[in-house]
Amino acid sequence: MITNKKPRSSDTDSNYMRDDRTEMSEDDDRSPPSDSIANGSCPTRTCTPGSGSGSGSSSIPEYSAPYPDRVLENVLENVLWFLTSRKDRNAASLVCRSWYRVEAMTRSDLFIGNCYAVSPERATSRFTRVRSVTLKGKPRFADFNLMPPNWGAHFAPWVSATAKAYPWLEKIHLKRMSVTDDDLALLAESFSGFKELVLVCCDGFGTSGLAAVASKCRQLKVLDLIESEVSDDEVDWIMCFPDTETCLESLIFDCVECLVDFDVLERLVVRSPSLKKLRLNRFVSIGQLYRLMVRAPQLTHLGTGSFSPSEDVAQGELELDYVSAFAACKSLVCLSGFREIVPDCLPAIYPVCANLTSLNFSYANISAEQLKPIISNCHKLQTFWVLDSICDEGLQAVATTCKELRELRVFPFDPREDIEGPVSEVGLQAISEGCRKLQSILYFCQRMTNAAVIAMSKNCPDLVIFRLCIMGRQRPDHVTGEPMDEGFGAIVMNCKKLTRLAVSGLLTDTAFAYIGKYGKIVRTLSVAFAGDSDMGLKYVLEGCPRLQKLEIRDSPFGDTALLSGLHHYYNMRFLWMSACRLSHQGCQQIAQALPHLVVEVIKHEDTVHMDDYADTLYMYRSLAGRRHDVPQFVSIL
Amino acid sequence: MEGGVAYENDLNLKETELRLGLPGTGSTIEKGVSGARNNKRPLPETREEGGANGKPDAQHDDQENAPAPKAQIVGWPPIRSYRKNSLQPKKAEAEAAAGMYVKVSMDGAPYLRKIDLTVYKGYPELLRALENMFKLTIGEYSEREGYKGSEYAPTYEDKDGDWMLVGDVPWDMFLSSCKKLRIIKGSEAIGLGCGA
Repeated sequence: MITNKKPRSSDTDSNYMRDDRTEMSEDDDRSPPSDSIANGSCPTRTCTPGSGSGSGSSSIPEYSAPYPDRVLENVLENVLWFLTSRKDRNAASLVCRSWYRVEAMTRSDLFIGNCYAVSPERATSRFTRVRSVTLKGKPRFADFNLMPPNWGAHFAPWVSATAKAYPWLEKIHLKRMSVTDDDLALLAESFSGFKELVLVCCDGFGTSGLAAVASKCRQLKVLDLIESEVSDDEVDWIMCFPDTETCLESLIFDCVECLVDFDVLERLVVRSPSLKKLRLNRFVSIGQLYRLMVRAPQLTHLGTGSFSPSEDVAQGELELDYVSAFAACKSLVCLSGFREIVPDCLPAIYPVCANLTSLNFSYANISAEQLKPIISNCHKLQTFWVLDSICDEGLQAVATTCKELRELRVFPFDPREDIEGPVSEVGLQAISEGCRKLQSILYFCQRMTNAAVIAMSKNCPDLVIFRLCIMGRQRPDHVTGEPMDEGFGAIVMNCKKLTRLAVSGLLTDTAFAYIGKYGKIVRTLSVAFAGDSDMGLKYVLEGCPRLQKLEIRDSPFGDTALLSGLHHYYNMRFLWMSACRLSHQGCQQIAQALPHLVVEVIKHEDTVHMDDYADTLYMYRSLAGRRHDVPQFVSIL
Repeated sequence: MEGGVAYENDLNLKETELRLGLPGTGSTIEKGVSGARNNKRPLPETREEGGANGKPDAQHDDQENAPAPKAQIVGWPPIRSYRKNSLQPKKAEAEAAAGMYVKVSMDGAPYLRKIDLTVYKGYPELLRALENMFKLTIGEYSEREGYKGSEYAPTYEDKDGDWMLVGDVPWDMFLSSCKKLRIIKGSEAIGLGCGA
């Protein structure tokens, strides 16, 4: 989702305005849009001295002098996460000391893009009035089993630090953190006014922890569990919500793989009049869904659960008037779920199609024919996630109707490499022609052509996120046999707003030359099985000044390339390189050159490798230095 | 990438694999232009399995035998396990059977825990882990007196549904028969026979 940036201040002193703030990544998968102000994790004392106000050049302003809110807001936005030479830092911190203090006092949303970049103690002692904390832990490639388990990103030290520092804390958003039941119990105990818990791609906890939160957080409005792994402790956590009316506005538990007692759930929904978002897990049958919908017609976001009848089918289930139930939900704009869909049930959703802005069919194995009658009514659709089972033909139908589409994700039903895929360049081309307002695309396919990608680059000038995954490794353009360099080159050349790019297919160093030359605002780049030589990585490190997150796997980039980025690594949130050609010495050199960079070399037990090579390099800037919870398979250089 | 050798670390199947290439070829073939280090990594769990019947790499096209299955590369394509498992739920269940997870409850504690017994090498480790987990002392086991001298005793439910004192049987036997663990208050432990 694209969050709105606050307007920048008028500071234009380019030496300090290197844009390397750890902003909320606007292009994160499903991250809830944060209402946090810019970045929050920069305890560095560097401020921008070159602001319009005259106080910059005089002696340190009196602490008690009143500052207009607007000036403070601008200052907030311009605190930079920028580690320069010690000399520059000392000079700047003298000038801005009281601004530094006032800013620290007024920040209410603390955003920390890398939980290891700063220690909890340091963050909590600087920012004293925080009401909301957002923390991100593991790097994204951990989602794909490229990181051994128990690597870290533990929530525990953060929950204990914030429990002491911010007893009034209301919101916690975590992404890719390891959270335990004890952590959740402590959270529930410590924050009496706690309102919002969002856990995205987290693991380590179970229904016991949820029970603690449900029972103790009486002001809870939001409990969102998104793609997290929740273990079944055989505790009925839904039962643990208070018996009285609840404040619940959002309850998302579609990823929780445990049975829930439906009657208990139904009673909860009945006594939650503010509930607007409800996403059920696959253990809720369509008959049960009906009952809930009838109780909660005010819902705006609905995850339908299995969308199929329960196994021991109560006859009545098949005869319920699902269409009316949907028709009664006049505010429904976002529909998802369909975990075990019985396509015959699909027509039930017709009444809401015209109002839908977001539709997630990415677990629904439906064909183009089954999709068409639905999608042809979805004129307002802006976000669409779907399985490639709909084929190119289904995508053509999408292109025909969904003129407002901003975000498209096409997932593979069968994620193997060597099969005939149902979607191809045909679907991509169609989408590019029909959905001109497209901003974000994630497209898995087996075959692609440069021509289609070039077409998209021209037809969709608003693209901010372009992620193409040609699943066969190093596949060339399947019509011309050429590398996919020209296609991705066109994307960076023509899409002037592009900040996030994921490449695939057969790519030579030329592709990276394009990225380095044209990708001037690219912030996140994902590379796999691509490039010919060190030059590829060099082009990117030397050419992309805004690069913050770089994740590379299985590409022939070595120490020389790594060293070419020394000037830039402090500006980045992280660099990940696995199965490349890095040696320990190369990584060591980086570690020595950049003391504020934590350089982790992660060893995979079962890799066939030569001792010299560094299996996986994960490095990130940090004020906290080497972390204390390093597992034995990680060495910090 | 090479074929299914990735799964068997102990058997050097590559040596015995029939192929038409010259001896010595094929073992360090780099694919295409990438020149990436051949980084075979056997899958940590079976859940990545899926595509074992694919066509072989280009380099192996000269084989006329049944093509070696293309090894599923870890983490490729980049789909989260959650999504993969949701679309193929039966596989997820099979994978969950690996490791030996048993539930541990304790009288008076609000939470159940789950632990993987295969992580521990013997009773002392297991007991230490339990002590840490629940913040208590279990003490030393003696055949005659059980866990006398401490407030708590660890018990387990075996395959037959009987509750036994942990430590009564050899570790391996315990591993194969333990279904659930329960830490009970010492007074109740008297009823459990030692060496029953």
